[in-house]
Amino acid sequence: MYKILKKEILHDIIYSMWIEAPEIAQSVQPGQFIILMIKEKGERIPLTVADFDRERGLIRIVFQIVGKTSEELSTLEEGDELYSFIGPLGKKTDIKNYGTVITVGGGTGIACIHSITRALKEAGNKVISIIGARNKDLIIMEEELKLASSELIITTDDGSYGRKGFVTQVLKEILYQDQNIKKIWTIGPAIMMKVTCETTKPYQVDTIVSLNSVMVDGTGMCGSCRVTIGGETKFVCTDGPEFDGQLVDWTEFMNRLIRYKEQEQRSWEIYQEHTHLCKCEKGIE
Amino acid sequence: MAEMIPVKERMKRNQVPMPEQEPKKRIYNFEEVPLGYTKKQAIREAQRCLQCKVPKCIAGCPAEINIPKFIEKIVEEDFAGAYFEILKTDDLPAVTGRVCPQEEQCQVVCILEKQGKPIYIGRLERFVADWARENNIHGKLSQINQKEQKVAVVGSGPAGLTCAADLAKLGYKVTLFEALHKPGGVLVYGIPEFRLPKSIVKYEINEIEKIGVKVITNFVIGAILSVDRLAKEYDAIFLANGAGAPRFMNIPGENLNDVYSANEFLTRANLMKAYNFPEYDTPIKIGKRAATIGAGNVAMDSARTALRLGAEKSYIVYRRSRKEVPARAEEVHHAEEEGIIFNFLTLPVKVLGDEKGNVIGMECLKMELGELDESGRRRPIPITGSNFVIEVDMVIDAIGTSANPIVAGSATRVEINKWGYFIVNEKTKATTKEGIYAGGDIVRGSATVISAVGDGKIAARAISEFLSSGKSLRKNR
Repeated sequence: MYKILKKEILHDIIYSMWIEAPEIAQSVQPGQFIILMIKEKGERIPLTVADFDRERGLIRIVFQIVGKTSEELSTLEEGDELYSFIGPLGKKTDIKNYGTVITVGGGTGIACIHSITRALKEAGNKVISIIGARNKDLIIMEEELKLASSELIITTDDGSYGRKGFVTQVLKEILYQDQNIKKIWTIGPAIMMKVTCETTKPYQVDTIVSLNSVMVDGTGMCGSCRVTIGGETKFVCTDGPEFDGQLVDWTEFMNRLIRYKEQEQRSWEIYQEHTHLCKCEKGIE
Repeated sequence: MAEMIPVKERMKRNQVPMPEQEPKKRIYNFEEVPLGYTKKQAIREAQRCLQCKVPKCIAGCPAEINIPKFIEKIVEEDFAGAYFEILKTDDLPAVTGRVCPQEEQCQVVCILEKQGKPIYIGRLERFVADWARENNIHGKLSQINQKEQKVAVVGSGPAGLTCAADLAKLGYKVTLFEALHKPGGVLVYGIPEFRLPKSIVKYEINEIEKIGVKVITNFVIGAILSVDRLAKEYDAIFLANGAGAPRFMNIPGENLNDVYSANEFLTRANLMKAYNFPEYDTPIKIGKRAATIGAGNVAMDSARTALRLGAEKSYIVYRRSRKEVPARAEEVHHAEEEGIIFNFLTLPVKVLGDEKGNVIGMECLKMELGELDESGRRRPIPITGSNFVIEVDMVIDAIGTSANPIVAGSATRVEINKWGYFIVNEKTKATTKEGIYAGGDIVRGSATVISAVGDGKIAARAISEFLSSGKSLRKNR
């Protein structure tokens, strides 16, 4: 079960995998996420579905190495199987014909907005996609996004590709010029989503964010992912992951995101020491 | 075979105490607290049973175990026979022998209770189940005509497991769906290792699989497949997905980093084995001073888990008095032995934090008891101006659960009440849609393992009747 059918390295630290999960592929909708475990002793990590293939029964995930679990996941090869893979979790994106909309993706968030962008375009929207990263190498899924959207704008912080600067600068220009943007989706690092919301606020355009909280079960059982939305506690796993970005308590959200930072760091270091040792031992043989 | 002692002698004898791990030692490990009877101890306790002509204990057992009969087999030193006797109606004996509140069920109606020394039925049940497991004795698969009808059971906690096992024994094709990666529900994510070792739960579930129950994990009914869809593929359905949504106090500061629901705290510790971090990848907060809000069994489990994880001080904070504590007396006793500090008549009003979101304290109010409330207990009333701060660095909310709507949301015409629990006929556990039954916490709210087992049994019987009469969900399309 949950066999890795295709693995691609999109960048040094960003990977794409197509996982065999026929039932999930049948029912998944854009905006939803899955939770996976590599092994019995592993942790449960949520990942937004980047793409799916109903016919072949596949789910695509895209992840960046940010700690032990993601690094260990990156070492798995085609043919390997995951211990657990559950979904589709969370609410689907509210896809309908709004008119002209913008999708903004940063980092691995680029992968997450991909299926949302495609569905919005299929629903009749004109979709402008803005994707950004620190440099050219970190821009992923450019071809897919180009196909999925009506117009694709790329930014890099260092100007090595596309426009120099942040996605928010381009976004601001568009909003300033075009009064008719109906809705915006933004997915990426917390700080990017927060700044995007600050950018769109004066223009009063609905801005939807997809939150990537720390979760355990992902089905509404534990409350690890709770977040304050407009003064009310909500669960990202069952009420979200998408919320009105203007209502999110970002300070609380970002604090809770790094709840286990120290332990995660320690666990990663131990893992790296161990894998380094293993490689050395093999070298000696 | 052990000696049958005269009735007079039986009544004179005292209860055989259960050996336990020393409190000073056990607060540093997650191993089981009660160590179980030896053969000799079990026989000695079993010999006290009066073997009443009209036993009351059986009626006190939701799992319908023929208690005097299995106890008699212990006296006869036929432990395998005792095990087979229990297995006739209870497929989770090592579990129920440990976590049932026997003092409120079978033991409270024991004739010897009048003398204040009822038979320790649970301990004997546990002995028999453990003996069978250790001696590789397995239930015999009876030759039953396999039936064609298919039943789906949603949720693999005690209600689902029991219903599935009973139906499989009757020859039905049973598929048990579990959302998590391991079956067992609250038995694996909720109840701690030191009360219910997970290897034992796994063993008894394996035995149930051998009867023919097909267990599918990682399968979230309501997300991957709706109940409506299941109803097209199965002849009957039993919904036992548990209450499963945590409740919070709704006080300021409750979303600070180190505030947990008991569900999260216990799931990290039990299901994910965070106490073995970093060997296991799931982290958990190691608080120096932990406050658990609530005084039920889950609160005791949480406070005792925090202690074992390394808390120097572990508090129970409860708004009522000692008299109203809902946890089992044995759990409270164990908690006290281990040094859990009880703050009665105390109501948390605010969790205090620093700018990084870390918990630095909890502000509380002192309470006093007033008139009786609708629950028949004296209502706790806050004393104005009695605010004080408990210095803590983590808080666990153990104030109960509510209905998780995922399953119910995918079941058309299966009605729920205003709290989100399924409405069922008490006698059959039938929901408002013919062919769909429900039991356990998703009907009762937060209840006990044994009441869930009882619901599973009642539903299995009703489902069998429904199917035997030629009816099927699939025909109702």
